[in-house]
Amino acid sequence: MIYTLIVILAGIAVLCFIRVWRGPTMADRMVAVDMFGILVVGITPLLALLYKREFLIDIGLAWIFISFIGTIALAKYLEGKKFDE
Amino acid sequence: MNELIGLIIITVGVVFDFFGVLGLLRLPDVYNRLQAATKCITLGTCGIMLGTFVMNGFTGLGIKALIAIPFIFFTAATGSHALARGAHKFGIKLWHKSVCDKYREKVTTDKGNK
Repeated sequence: MIYTLIVILAGIAVLCFIRVWRGPTMADRMVAVDMFGILVVGITPLLALLYKREFLIDIGLAWIFISFIGTIALAKYLEGKKFDE
Repeated sequence: MNELIGLIIITVGVVFDFFGVLGLLRLPDVYNRLQAATKCITLGTCGIMLGTFVMNGFTGLGIKALIAIPFIFFTAATGSHALARGAHKFGIKLWHKSVCDKYREKVTTDKGNK
């Protein structure tokens, strides 16, 4: 059961890359990468449940902050530019 | 019993994640995509964490999953807000059927008052 859920979540996370590939603007790609980070955080507790290893959820806790800092940096980078540059 | 309830909550979270990614793929505009994806995926991931906590109780894994819930709430909301503001300042147009742009109205009235 948990194995099936992990496979489904991994498929959903891969679907985000369709938006990264076709996104018409730069902001679309940033949104898709941000959502991909949160989906991977959702996979880690399921892996910890499947393999009975407690430390796997620590990867998720660290990933939240790395993804947050990356998103803030990308948003500030986006704010300083104009559409045609 | 706890196992069953936890599995049901985790499945509901996965379904929310799926609908969030569906909104990310199908909606027409950056801002629409941002709100659909952020709300659904934040709630779905928090549901997965809550289900893990219900399955394990107050062990190490359960406590860590419970701690992760407020972190996900605050960081996802703050990051998506910053992205929406950056996209608006970058100059991305709204969808042609969108009817109101409160942020632009606020910016223009603030400039007029100065």
